[in-house]
Amino acid sequence: MTAFGKLLRTTAFKIMAVYLAVFLAFAATLVAYLGWHTQVLLFSQVQETLDAEIAALSDIYSRGGIRRLAAVVDWRSRQPGSNIYLLTTFQGETLAGNIAELPGSHLSAEGWADIRYRRMEEADGRELRAMARAFVLPGGFRLVIGRDLEEREKVHAVLARPMRWALAVVLILGITGGAFVTTRVLRRVDAIGASAKAIMDGNLSERLPVAGTGDEFDRLGSSLNAMLERIEGLMRGLKEVSDNIAHDLKTPLTRLRNRAEEALRTARTEDDWRAALEDTIAEADGLIGTFNALLMIARAEAGRVDGEMTDLDAAEVVQTVGELYEPVAEEKAVTLIVDAPEPVPLSGSRELIGQALANLVDNALKYGLPQDGEAGEREITIAVRNDGDVVVLTVADRGPGIDADDRERAVERFVRLESSRSRPGSGLGLSLAAAVARLHGGILALADNSPGLKVVILLPRGATQAA
Amino acid sequence: MSVCRVAAAAPLESVMRILVIEDDIAAAEYIVKAFGESGHLADHAADGEDGLHMAREGDYDVLVVDRMLPKRDGLSVIETLRAEDRQTPVLILSALGQVDDRVRGLRAGGDDYLPKPYAFSELLARVEALARRRTPAAAATVLKVADLELDRLARRVTRAGTEIVLQPREFRLLEYLMTHAGQVVTRTMLLENVWDYHFDPQTNVIDVHISRLRSKIDKGFSKPLLHTMRGAGYVIRDGIR
Repeated sequence: MTAFGKLLRTTAFKIMAVYLAVFLAFAATLVAYLGWHTQVLLFSQVQETLDAEIAALSDIYSRGGIRRLAAVVDWRSRQPGSNIYLLTTFQGETLAGNIAELPGSHLSAEGWADIRYRRMEEADGRELRAMARAFVLPGGFRLVIGRDLEEREKVHAVLARPMRWALAVVLILGITGGAFVTTRVLRRVDAIGASAKAIMDGNLSERLPVAGTGDEFDRLGSSLNAMLERIEGLMRGLKEVSDNIAHDLKTPLTRLRNRAEEALRTARTEDDWRAALEDTIAEADGLIGTFNALLMIARAEAGRVDGEMTDLDAAEVVQTVGELYEPVAEEKAVTLIVDAPEPVPLSGSRELIGQALANLVDNALKYGLPQDGEAGEREITIAVRNDGDVVVLTVADRGPGIDADDRERAVERFVRLESSRSRPGSGLGLSLAAAVARLHGGILALADNSPGLKVVILLPRGATQAA
Repeated sequence: MSVCRVAAAAPLESVMRILVIEDDIAAAEYIVKAFGESGHLADHAADGEDGLHMAREGDYDVLVVDRMLPKRDGLSVIETLRAEDRQTPVLILSALGQVDDRVRGLRAGGDDYLPKPYAFSELLARVEALARRRTPAAAATVLKVADLELDRLARRVTRAGTEIVLQPREFRLLEYLMTHAGQVVTRTMLLENVWDYHFDPQTNVIDVHISRLRSKIDKGFSKPLLHTMRGAGYVIRDGIR
């Protein structure tokens, strides 16, 4: 498409064209109305003067007869800028006046007429227009009296010329203005288009230009940039997921394969075979668990799933999870404190929040106990509180905790501190809990429980039915 | 008050007729064979249309339906059957395994949901539990296994006439086990039915709950009732089969 074609097709240009057309139509209507009104005014003025003159002339005729009338007409018709006169006999013989030639029909016509005539004193014999009235005097004389319309034409010209100019100027200004605005718009749109193309070509970190003027293009650019930010985040997440899947699944797969291979090589008795197969199944189950956790995190990252969100009592979730883990904690000589004294209404997924809490308690039981040989409390606290429109869930332990430098990194998507990799379990519990928090529009943060680790999940209450 | 005495292993002796609607031939063959080895009769349909036809014609106790099938989607098969007022229990198998997928499956008329991949012992336990739903044990107000008695209305448990004090959750755990007396119940079934959670707890939380319950109902009695089935789950029954 040519640049001009592109210009013509823009919305801005079309809007400009419509405005211009409307404005022109308006201006034209105004001019036409003014013109018409002036005409009417002039016309009635002429009529009045001529009527008065006819009255005066017919008075002269009735008092002084045809001779006197002819003299007066003759005198008047010689005055500069005079009206037009023609006094004829009954046969059409000119007695006096300044009309050289008059189409015959007009002489017999009565009343006002728009006529064409030639003036006597003008040598070039130009045909002129006039408004005239024929008048039959007693005695058969005919008097034609009229007013040249040149004056009207002059007024017309006086009005029309600037109007034409004005219209032309409006048109030119409109078109150039339109073109200017349109090209500006086009330039912005082209810049956005170019950035979009760069992004599509794979440069996801490219952003749309924002001029900083706060106009509609900036607003559009900013929203699109926010969208791109999110897309880039998702893409980064996806890449991390695939990297993590590669790491987290390949390692146990390798182990599984090695075991099967070893069993083939060394197993002799049925018990050997059985043990090897049972190991394989256990390893496969672990793999499935890791895979499910990764999928869950990825899905939670992808965004909200409305079908799962229901009104629930977070205190009930905390109590249930506490009760679920209480025997295990007791077995490990850990005091599990459940602190949920009041109902905590929340809109969310009971399943996912329960799973997140279970994972955190699980982590606390695995990593949150004082290490061998060290003194310390064996205590885990699960708590939930209302804090205005925010629901605060905490799982706190008295273990070694996480260094302040590592804390922020630990809650990032899929990041696993080295300590979690070397221990049993998928080690994805914290990532999963963080993903659940994000899915609910909340956040997960790590804090110092001095000593120990305190995992805090802040969730917006959401639109619950119960207050 | 209706009393239902569950004879040891009696429901397991009864043969179930199972229809497996699954398009993965290898998986279907494995399931059908394993059901056969467990003493049940299983048929196989490879697509949704065949499955729907067979479910209408045959008298099955349980349908095992894969979520994604050629010709007719698994959910559509279930919805059609339910619309025709056929109440055969349905277990949905799905590779999706997400919370919302489970909700959708149960809303379509499924009775249970098992994400792939699964252990056959889990599938068998769930199918048997579904078939059991039709038996009077599910509705009985007093459940009995040997000399262990659970009164659902009075929320009272006695063994050999002596009252056993249980926590509310322990009561529900025992209640679920006893409604499925003589039948293997898996850890995930317990987590689903007693705690109403569907995730897979990484640690042995359920095992510890069971051993606590066991210490309350079996300790001090010569005959243990709550048995661990290695690699499968738990079963409450009178005597060891």
